Amino acid sequence: MLRFIIKRLLLLPLLMLLFTVVVFALVQAPPGDFLTSYVAMLASSGSSMDAAQVAALRHQFGLDQPVYVRYLLWLGSLVRGDLGLSLEYQRPSAELIGERMLVTVLLALFAFVITWIVAIPAGIYAAMHKNTALDYLFAVLNYIGVATPNFMLALILMWFCFSNFGLMITGLFSPQYTQAPWSLGRFIDLLKHIWLPGIVLGVAGTARLMRIMRANLLDELDKPYVVMARAKGMSEWKLVVKYPVRLAFNPIISTIGWYLPQLFSGSLIVATVMNLPNIGPLLLRSLIQQDMYLAGSIMLIYCALTIIGTLISDILLALFDPRIRMEGT
Amino acid sequence: MADEIQDASAPPSELSSKGEERVSVASNWKLVWWRFRKNRLAVASAIVLLMFYAVVLVPDFFSNQDPEATDAALAFIPMQRISFFGKTGFNPSVPDVVGKRNTITLKMEWARNETARIPIALFVRGYKYKVLDLFETDIHLIDAKDPKSKGRPHFLGTDRLGRDQWSRMMFGTRTSMTVGLVAVVLSTILGVLLGGISGYFGGWLDMVIQRAIELLQSLPTIPIWLMMTAALPQDWRPDRVFLAITIILALIGWTTLAREIRGRFLSLREEDFIVAAELAGCSHLRIILRHMVPSFTSHIIAASTLAIPVMIISETSLSFLGLGIRPPAISWGVLLQEAQNIQTVALAPWLMFPGLVVIIAVLAFNLVGDGLRDAADPYGH
Amino acid sequence: MPRIRTGIEEGRMNTHNAPLLSVRDLKTYFMMDEGVVKAVDGVSFDVHAGQIFGIVGESGCGKSVTVKSVLRIVEAPGKIVQGQILLRRSRQDGTSGEEELDLAGLDAHGQEIRSIRGGHIALIPQEPMTSFSPVHTIGDQIIEAIMLHQSIDRKAARNLARDMLKDVGVPMPERRLDEYSWQLSGGLRQRAIIAMALSCNPRLLIADEPTTAVDVTTQAQVLRLLRQLQHERNSAIIFITHDLGVIAQMASFVMVMYLGLVMEQGPVDDIFHAPKHPYTQALLRSIPSVSSQPRVSLPTISGSIPHPFNKPSGCPFHPRCIKRMPGRCDARTPALQAVGEEQRVSCFLYHDVEVSE
Repeated sequence: MLRFIIKRLLLLPLLMLLFTVVVFALVQAPPGDFLTSYVAMLASSGSSMDAAQVAALRHQFGLDQPVYVRYLLWLGSLVRGDLGLSLEYQRPSAELIGERMLVTVLLALFAFVITWIVAIPAGIYAAMHKNTALDYLFAVLNYIGVATPNFMLALILMWFCFSNFGLMITGLFSPQYTQAPWSLGRFIDLLKHIWLPGIVLGVAGTARLMRIMRANLLDELDKPYVVMARAKGMSEWKLVVKYPVRLAFNPIISTIGWYLPQLFSGSLIVATVMNLPNIGPLLLRSLIQQDMYLAGSIMLIYCALTIIGTLISDILLALFDPRIRMEGT
Repeated sequence: MADEIQDASAPPSELSSKGEERVSVASNWKLVWWRFRKNRLAVASAIVLLMFYAVVLVPDFFSNQDPEATDAALAFIPMQRISFFGKTGFNPSVPDVVGKRNTITLKMEWARNETARIPIALFVRGYKYKVLDLFETDIHLIDAKDPKSKGRPHFLGTDRLGRDQWSRMMFGTRTSMTVGLVAVVLSTILGVLLGGISGYFGGWLDMVIQRAIELLQSLPTIPIWLMMTAALPQDWRPDRVFLAITIILALIGWTTLAREIRGRFLSLREEDFIVAAELAGCSHLRIILRHMVPSFTSHIIAASTLAIPVMIISETSLSFLGLGIRPPAISWGVLLQEAQNIQTVALAPWLMFPGLVVIIAVLAFNLVGDGLRDAADPYGH
Repeated sequence: MPRIRTGIEEGRMNTHNAPLLSVRDLKTYFMMDEGVVKAVDGVSFDVHAGQIFGIVGESGCGKSVTVKSVLRIVEAPGKIVQGQILLRRSRQDGTSGEEELDLAGLDAHGQEIRSIRGGHIALIPQEPMTSFSPVHTIGDQIIEAIMLHQSIDRKAARNLARDMLKDVGVPMPERRLDEYSWQLSGGLRQRAIIAMALSCNPRLLIADEPTTAVDVTTQAQVLRLLRQLQHERNSAIIFITHDLGVIAQMASFVMVMYLGLVMEQGPVDDIFHAPKHPYTQALLRSIPSVSSQPRVSLPTISGSIPHPFNKPSGCPFHPRCIKRMPGRCDARTPALQAVGEEQRVSCFLYHDVEVSE
């Protein structure tokens, strides 16, 4: 198994390299560049820049170089750990991302924890009490949960809170804490606001996970080793948790690593609706503005997260399932 | 034991009932249909989907106003409830509304006109349109009885530009449902092609395609969509954008299906009946088309049906952000753009209605897809 | 409430001691949406200590459901609707003597039946491949079985497990304890399952087709092992199979089932040499034999097993029976009655007693 992990780790740089090519190509694809949209923005607000100024800026930002040169320059700076300068904000990308990273991670983690704490026990219960009223209720909720786009859920919940309780739940902080440095007070304020976005983000995943858990467990409950455990004299609950649940869980474990990147990207659209200061809106804006270093950096971070996520899934699966661990590849 | 050597002339056991005989000679598709039919939820959902697609075919019939006509004086009219009985018995009508601009907030506020109501009826004459480009007509499903009446029914209210939401909904349905379907068809073709080649021929071809799929699947989907749709030039015509969006969705979605199909091909290849076909001398093409494909066609249909709602949600999300279908084209996502923030929603909650329609459509597709998948599995319970 | 009876047994046909397990008119039905499946429809038999009792019949005759009913592990929607399953054991309240416990009346999830399962009555399942959990070691599972029924610490349990593995002939038992089931060959897995079943020294073993899923050589080894262990520990075995040859090798007493009812039961010698029921006769006829006439087609039982929802009226075998008597066999169901010292048969050819509801 160690060989397996090492092989994957070695492939990582190669994959990342491929990703930089893809990401760069996508960022560069729209016609024009940052300056084009910047100039357009200026024009719409009344001011303008003359051609010479634009040319000078273009040269300064290095936007007048041919494509491959720009790519190599970017690659070079990436290797040195420099994520580049955001053209729009005129600050290092790393700084901008870092500011919002904590919030992004907390939100994703919160949604993740909620998902698993709710879905797994509910799925087990539904499988054990198949076709009872509660099972049907769960099934209905699951179907609706999967069918509702998360931004829709956000809108509905926000509207509900507003029209019934007069609460405006946008943003992650109350006004006084928005720009403040981190403190216990700020943290508690965050917790007070994070539950709604956390739930919104987590709902679809919870619904899906619960259905999978229920289906897996139902498959396992009929198997001979369960009958054997019962015939040994084990109590029902104990044997269900020790044996079929464990086996039903295995295929799910291999999807754990997947969840974090999912949550990161899932929060993109919700963040727009709920006005959350996480990476989502930053990425969106940078894409539209063609702020290539910022956009590219964020995309690469996402890609890296996805690869790492997959690796974590595989490691966890090998850890939990001796069959995979010992059979080699 | 000398007397029991020969078979006795005992009668065979009771003939299986007529029902069992019907089953034993039914084709696979018939069996699938029968199993599907037993799932009442799936059948009900299928009917709902048929209704949706009726709208897709002739949106003009279902709408009653020009979906793009704006009139600031008609902004933010709330949903109007139909009352079926008037003073003279059965007389379905919709309240007429009178608008007044609030001098402080400068927003239109609407009050019911107590004296007048707008009677409505089914199959009324309205504006002219062409059905599927074939023939012209002017019948609409539901509209004001008097085509010349000044007050118009707004069953789903109006938005900030005074556009009738009911009519817009019909056209939005057409776009969204079509994008979903076409994207899935493209994905399926790609998936079957590449997955099939990969699974059937194996070897280095399989390896290359597999690595490519893994690479594509490692890319985080939403950011990639965002990038690809942001890359579309701002000045493209709406229908070009439509095509591009469909292709982008298909390009991102084919990998899952390809993997599944490859898996099926791989396991089918080992099956005895395929080996028998090979031994009988069938060509590759014949084996694939005549022996392998029929055994998983129903699965592909089920998987595709389950993929459509994913596409619909994708398109809705993208358009919602302004990165997908662009106005003046209408889709559910474009309609929801009007409900993008809490302020607007608080003021005009009926603008969220398209979201409800999305949920219903996706739910219906999921139920039908699940029903198909259960019906197609010959070893299911 | 379990009916506990103490003391002397009623007069029985056989002259053995009181039976270890006595099943009286057991009926286990499955309530399905499409109808009721009467998997076991009035089965009675006795198993004596140290006896190897064979149950034989075609698929679907109810042999598995019968023994699962004894252990009370019948899956939903099945349940025991009638009958008694009387287990004889030493008194649990500390006084000397024996008691009879009706397993059918116990709570299927209760403490009482759970202490009997695995402890007093153990199961050797049909599929050794899949009867161990693939993600837990063999040792873990055997030790668990031991600790469920004996109050010893884990270390002692592990030693016991190792000794059990050695007793059943698993080489390198210490190492095997830490291995997973899929690391063992089929034969070794079957032995490990037997070790687990025997680990608490049960008085009754239920072997549900233990040789069906293994190859012929392994089958011979397993049968030999079972005979040896039974001899050493004097435990009774209920041996389920559809293979008459295995019955001849192993059992001293055999019961032939068809569609949830007992067709015939008796000592193996009597059944094999003087079968009374037409079904038994047909089964024995259909065994290919080296000494039968060449170039004669193998006799089969015509027709096929009816669909469980379509059970025939009267005697369940009558549609396929060459000796059926129209008017009698299709109208009334024969009861199990004695035709010899220990042989019983349910067939109107030999008596006229009907099943009473």
